[in-house]
Amino acid sequence: MEISKLQDIASQVRRDIIRMVHGCQSGHPGGSLGATDIVTALYFDQMHINPDKFRMDGSGEDMFFLSNGHISPMLYSIMARRGYFPVSELATFRRLGTRLQGHPTPVEGLPGIRMASGSLGQGLSVAIGAAQAKKLNGEKNIVFVMMGDGEHEEGQLWEGIMYAGAKGVDNLVGIIDYNGKQIDGPTDAVLNLGDMKAKYEAFGWIVYDLDGNNMSDVVATLNKARENAFKGRPQLLLAKTEMGMGVDFMMGTHKWHGTPPNDEQAASALAQLRETLGDY
Amino acid sequence: MEFAIQNYKDTRSGFGEGLLEAGRRNPKVTALCADLIGSLKMNAFVKEFPERFFQTGIAEANMIGIAAGLANGGFVPFAGSFAGFITGRVYDQIRMVVAYSNKNVKIAASHAGVTLGEDGATHQILEDIGLMKTLPNMTVIVPCDFNQTKAATIAAAEYEGPVYLRFGRPAVPNFTPADEKFVIGKAQMMQEGTDVTIFACGHLVWKSIEAAAQLKEAGISAEVINIHTIKPLDEDAVLKSVAKTRCVVTAEEHQRNGGLGDSIAQLLAMKNPTPIEMVAVDDVFGQSGKPEELLSFYHLDTPDIVAAAKRAVARKK
Repeated sequence: MEISKLQDIASQVRRDIIRMVHGCQSGHPGGSLGATDIVTALYFDQMHINPDKFRMDGSGEDMFFLSNGHISPMLYSIMARRGYFPVSELATFRRLGTRLQGHPTPVEGLPGIRMASGSLGQGLSVAIGAAQAKKLNGEKNIVFVMMGDGEHEEGQLWEGIMYAGAKGVDNLVGIIDYNGKQIDGPTDAVLNLGDMKAKYEAFGWIVYDLDGNNMSDVVATLNKARENAFKGRPQLLLAKTEMGMGVDFMMGTHKWHGTPPNDEQAASALAQLRETLGDY
Repeated sequence: MEFAIQNYKDTRSGFGEGLLEAGRRNPKVTALCADLIGSLKMNAFVKEFPERFFQTGIAEANMIGIAAGLANGGFVPFAGSFAGFITGRVYDQIRMVVAYSNKNVKIAASHAGVTLGEDGATHQILEDIGLMKTLPNMTVIVPCDFNQTKAATIAAAEYEGPVYLRFGRPAVPNFTPADEKFVIGKAQMMQEGTDVTIFACGHLVWKSIEAAAQLKEAGISAEVINIHTIKPLDEDAVLKSVAKTRCVVTAEEHQRNGGLGDSIAQLLAMKNPTPIEMVAVDDVFGQSGKPEELLSFYHLDTPDIVAAAKRAVARKK
């Protein structure tokens, strides 16, 4: 897909995110806005998927797991816009009886979600298992997993990083949504992550640096990762992102990690985001 | 039917044989282990199906996640470790990607209870049944001997949904029929009686049969029922027996809090309040020692069941 079209979709997704968290006065807008470009590129340009015939086992498809499940508004919007379920359902986000739970879950039967996430650190292990299931089945599809940067404070991720490197899980592509912020402040102030590229490389991964909010860079890097899949090593996109991207007052701060905008703030945010596909 | 000791075998070996058999019957059966292949008797499966086995190293959390990913892809993974490490250590992982996500993962928990022996309290988990049974979607199975553990493993592989399968380390009496099909959720009548019902699970089922023989000599007719599936509980079997005997003993190698006795008591409190005596660990941790010494020390042995039955009978109105 053309870069400009992906950018148009991303702009609509950002509008959806603001309207969803404003609508229920709950949720995580900052990280959702930052990760929008990468996941838009995955679902609209990169992954081979069948949104209208969702299969839980993902057989014959590429798969995506969101480990940092709190940025669910972004994922829900992209999945709805891609055709997994009606966009009108975005209005039910976080409301009683919804399939769009605060954190993603397969339990309510929302097409496109395969695993509960949000208790941090677990998505990589699940993605490894899914990737190994594909290997056992002889499938040539890729499993993508997005993780937060602060999430790397969880020890389980390092178990998974070590395992995937040691076992050469080469149909696996990890993505770090590296926005440098978490609930209590800048990630490096909470617990310095150090040189993440060197750390992953030490565990045997191929690592790509990229600007996760530059659609051209995102697509080019994902293309590179596709080319290098099935060559014996797991791969990682170390994607620098800006929390709150697209809304001026939400950028440059961790304040919007889990805070919804009020009416005035939502209006200001929406004024900065082009409506390209029609609001839900 | 009369049960007699055929031989002495460890229940974990029953798991190992059951896993191999399940693997032969279904090519989707896979296994994972966190550096305890020998302890869990998974060697035969590893040898016959190396491509379906995943050694995760000493990383139980990662193992549970990988198992969930495999299950999502249509496989039937058995994730094995010591009972303590594959419950308490990874409780949130099991809650999140196995129970809540409702994936077809089988948690294979060996060396449960004080009969793990000399390694001591760090490894003798006595809280695992409680941890697992409080999770929605989770089935909790505690078979009583080698034959039943093998059959339960095969049944778990055929059942669709999360299962917690608990077994143990030492060689113990093997007394159930080798060819008996295991029915999840169906209590097993070991011995009929009229004065008191002993509900037991795991290693304490044979102890309860021994206790019933001693009670008979004292003029007390004890019914012994093996609650090998703690969840879902066979409520009909419990209520039917209690309607007859009107007093109860529960016997398990687990904390009183959260165990089999607690499940029986909850049911009876709501449906048919009945005097209950519980043979269980009384809110303490274990310690090093030989399995039989420990069962005796923590009052989980045959004489303790006999004494509890006498107390229960005395409380009947």
